[in-house]
Amino acid sequence: MAIVSVKNISKSYWRDSLEIPVLRNISFEVPEGEFLGLMGPSGSGKTTLLNLIAGIDQPTRGTITVANTDVTRLNESQLAKWRAQNIGFVFQFYNLLPVLTAFENVELPLLLSKLSKKERREHVEFSLKVVGLEDRMRHYPKQLSGGQEQRVAIARAIVTDPTILIADEPTGDLDKTSALEILDLLEQLNKEFKKTIIIVTHDPRAAEKAHIIKQLDKGELT
Amino acid sequence: MRILKLILKNLLRHKLRTLLTILGITIAVAAFGLLRTVVTAWYAGVEASSVNRLITRHSVSFIFPLPLAYRDRIIKLDGVERVTFANWFSGVYKDKKQFFARMAVDAETFFDVYPDLLVPKDQLEAFKRDRSGCIIGNQIAERYNLKIGDVMPIEGDIYPGRWEFTVRGIYTPRDKITDPSNMLFQWQYLDERVREEWPGRAGVIGWYIIQINDPEKTAIISTQIDQYFKNSPAETKTETERAFTLSFMAMFSAVITSMNVISFVIIGIILLVLGNTMIMAARERIHEYAVLRTLGFSTSHLITLIAGESLTIAILGGVIGIALTFPMAQGFEAAMPKGWFPIFNVENITLILASSAAILVGVLASVFPIQRTLNTKIVDGLRQIG
Repeated sequence: MAIVSVKNISKSYWRDSLEIPVLRNISFEVPEGEFLGLMGPSGSGKTTLLNLIAGIDQPTRGTITVANTDVTRLNESQLAKWRAQNIGFVFQFYNLLPVLTAFENVELPLLLSKLSKKERREHVEFSLKVVGLEDRMRHYPKQLSGGQEQRVAIARAIVTDPTILIADEPTGDLDKTSALEILDLLEQLNKEFKKTIIIVTHDPRAAEKAHIIKQLDKGELT
Repeated sequence: MRILKLILKNLLRHKLRTLLTILGITIAVAAFGLLRTVVTAWYAGVEASSVNRLITRHSVSFIFPLPLAYRDRIIKLDGVERVTFANWFSGVYKDKKQFFARMAVDAETFFDVYPDLLVPKDQLEAFKRDRSGCIIGNQIAERYNLKIGDVMPIEGDIYPGRWEFTVRGIYTPRDKITDPSNMLFQWQYLDERVREEWPGRAGVIGWYIIQINDPEKTAIISTQIDQYFKNSPAETKTETERAFTLSFMAMFSAVITSMNVISFVIIGIILLVLGNTMIMAARERIHEYAVLRTLGFSTSHLITLIAGESLTIAILGGVIGIALTFPMAQGFEAAMPKGWFPIFNVENITLILASSAAILVGVLASVFPIQRTLNTKIVDGLRQIG
């Protein structure tokens, strides 16, 4: 059963009256529990496609259904609520808040839930344990290595138990060892926790972890 | 951790910048409070004016005298309950820097028309019996350590020569808007000496104070009085006590207007100071706000974060500024020549205005950063480097 269904998606940007197409008539499906890799050269539209699936951007044409919700029909506030419940996002540059500890960064998405303080604590501690950072809870991002920061970011992405996990070049800013650790962690989340993962990457090692690879070039699937 | 904690963490992100902004607001709010206090002190006499007292003065200026004989005609008018009079004396007590009002008044009637000056009955009787007696306000008694029976020597200027008055009574103001720094003595004492030394100036008074039974009749009675003395050698102008006091204020209107304008310019300055800080903060965090929105934080969460930070800074600065207004006002009063401002209090309305201004500035300063943050698309925000 497809958890993500992309149908006839096109996305264009406008510079004055000039239309610049980024994605052209893209259609594909992602079955539940899959590990999908989106690959392609820079400017091919990978991140744009990922942003559309994550509901942080809107397509010019077409529909995207995630877990039976047509995200292209949701307004701004509905999308915010939907993202909080369904999407776990891992960025290339981690994007942790520097003023918050690892624990507080992971706790951030849970502030939008109705969980009690105790329940939040349990969820955060579990997530940090999954990524192997239960002993770094009180550390601030600047006190962590790049790999550790990305693991905190992954803990933040999974803490709400989202429908799908979306990762935009999660190993792009890491050394080889850390990159492998992150890829192993994503693979573990996919295998053990049955998380559907969509990853944008240039990294061939990341592609090896993915079960399905979609190649994009000049805004089209090849 | 809740949103409030995130606001506090953001506040402490650039400690020096936050501290300087709070300091800027503190100074501005304290300066605003002080200026408003000065303006309020200036208008204290107006506030103390009674609605059922009229003042009749010479139509040209209150420095021109009126005949004492007018009193008997005014008292006969319908609606007039009491008539008393006063005469500006001026003079120098100790030295020219010691300023307080010195007036010759009608001992028999003055305190009946001014029940807001509370004089013990025995002291009032003693004052009426002693032609050279005087009654002073409790502020004057405290300032110069004067007691009943002490002699106050005054060097006359409008009425040259040495004058000696014996303190027979000390009045206390009925409320905090009544001037506690007057020195009042018997007009008869002045008139007797004027008759001897400057006979041409005898038998006249400065202005009449008329107590009426119905404030609604102010206009009718005023017109009647002025009509009565029309075409006489000393035509009159009758107005409410408030209008009379305001006409004094008019002499300083440029200064008061300037202070009013400056006090509100200060609000504009703190708006710019805080606005600048919030704009800088929002610009630096545009990427973080995009991350928060990606995580599912809504528009209202971001508004709370930005406005909350702005309001916290404004309220902290406002509270400290208001607290500082009191010692600053005391220092200002102490630095001014004695008696310039007989009533110099930081009024509740000043505190309300200062705190409202701080809150308003806190809200307004966050409007532009909020607008900018919300108008930035998430994908654009994620591309920006803070």
